[in-house]
Amino acid sequence: MTERTLPSEGWPPAVLDPAGPYSEPVTLLAWVLLVGGTVILAIVVGALWIALRGSPRLKTRLGGEKAIWILGFAFPSVVLTGLLVWGLLLTSSLSAARVPVGAMRVKIIGEMWWWRVHYQDGQGRETLRDANELHIPVGQPVLLELEAADVIHSFWVPRLGGKMDMIPGRTNRLLIEADAPGVYKGQCAEYCGGPHALMGFVVVAHTPADFARWQASRLPSQGAGGEGLALFLSSGCAACHTIRGTPARGLAGPDLTHVGSRRTLGAGILPNNPGTMAGWVADSQAIKPANRMPAYHQFSGEELQALTAYMVSLK
Amino acid sequence: MKGGAAISVLMLLGACAPAPVETAPADTDAVARGRDAAARLGCGACHDMPGIAWPKGRVGPPLAGFGARPLIAGRLPNRAPQLAAFVTDAPAMVPGTAMPAIPMKRAEADDIAAWLLSLDD
Repeated sequence: MTERTLPSEGWPPAVLDPAGPYSEPVTLLAWVLLVGGTVILAIVVGALWIALRGSPRLKTRLGGEKAIWILGFAFPSVVLTGLLVWGLLLTSSLSAARVPVGAMRVKIIGEMWWWRVHYQDGQGRETLRDANELHIPVGQPVLLELEAADVIHSFWVPRLGGKMDMIPGRTNRLLIEADAPGVYKGQCAEYCGGPHALMGFVVVAHTPADFARWQASRLPSQGAGGEGLALFLSSGCAACHTIRGTPARGLAGPDLTHVGSRRTLGAGILPNNPGTMAGWVADSQAIKPANRMPAYHQFSGEELQALTAYMVSLK
Repeated sequence: MKGGAAISVLMLLGACAPAPVETAPADTDAVARGRDAAARLGCGACHDMPGIAWPKGRVGPPLAGFGARPLIAGRLPNRAPQLAAFVTDAPAMVPGTAMPAIPMKRAEADDIAAWLLSLDD
């Protein structure tokens, strides 16, 4: 039996399957460079073969002044100049220097090894905090302001846009857009230590009506906390995590106000259900080694059930 | 001929093994579907399972050789109906367990049970 990994669906993401206007030029450019590079490699290998094994007549022609002018000067000049002009024209639409008026704005901050997501209004004021998952409406550009809290990360949702580094002390801007509703996975694309490979991301694109419904559902937690909330507060969880509407105000880890409604756990890597929630809470170190949440060995079976049920109820 | 000889040898070997508990032949489609469902649901978050490379959780027991175990969680007979009920709603079957009820289709639970019962290594 072959070993296989089927983690959260669609992750790691497909990289050559564009689903929006900011990823299509990148994919086209990638294919043109791949095919063009292959053709030029074939020409070089052919020339090498002539130089080593060709007839004296061919060797003489290859080493002649005319061949050097054409293959050594004219060909690269034309190809490289053409590629430069075409590439700049093709990708000029990706520039975040010209942001469409009224575009939705979200600040995303890379952390070891997850993402803070701060939704903003038109004036750049924060409206909502979340983590590891971004909700957007389809058919309109979304401006991402990308920052890093510790080391360099790179934000990459291949089907929706280009790849952009997140650099401590800087704000880089990236535009993304989805043509159709769906779930689009992302991945940190700059090695950031430890479990970098398990630093995934999720973008959920909604129709405008669904997006409005989603926005209206982002209220502070109203849930009956009971034993689960009591355990959350007494076991140290609240030192790192915020659940709005409760005394949990920690800032070191992801905001969990709506953790039960997320598509994934562990930053894009696991499906979200009561089973994976229990596994993550009790021993995230076995799933994502060296992540900053410790394993919790103090819970009884009933306590873990209660805590898990509470977390799952945070829709 | 070669194949026939191999089958004869296998039958002879089979004759030496203790009589299997389950006499019905394993449904290989159900076994494959069960493994995929277990991977898709993320059962690996708590269990180290043969054929699933990641994750290999430690909260619950490793499931290699599960089909050869006489009991589920030390409480229930390890038969398909009980196992399918257990993977769907463990606390109802074994009160006090840390394993939560996990939303899944009836067919998925049956497939996962078929896969777990096929694990003999």
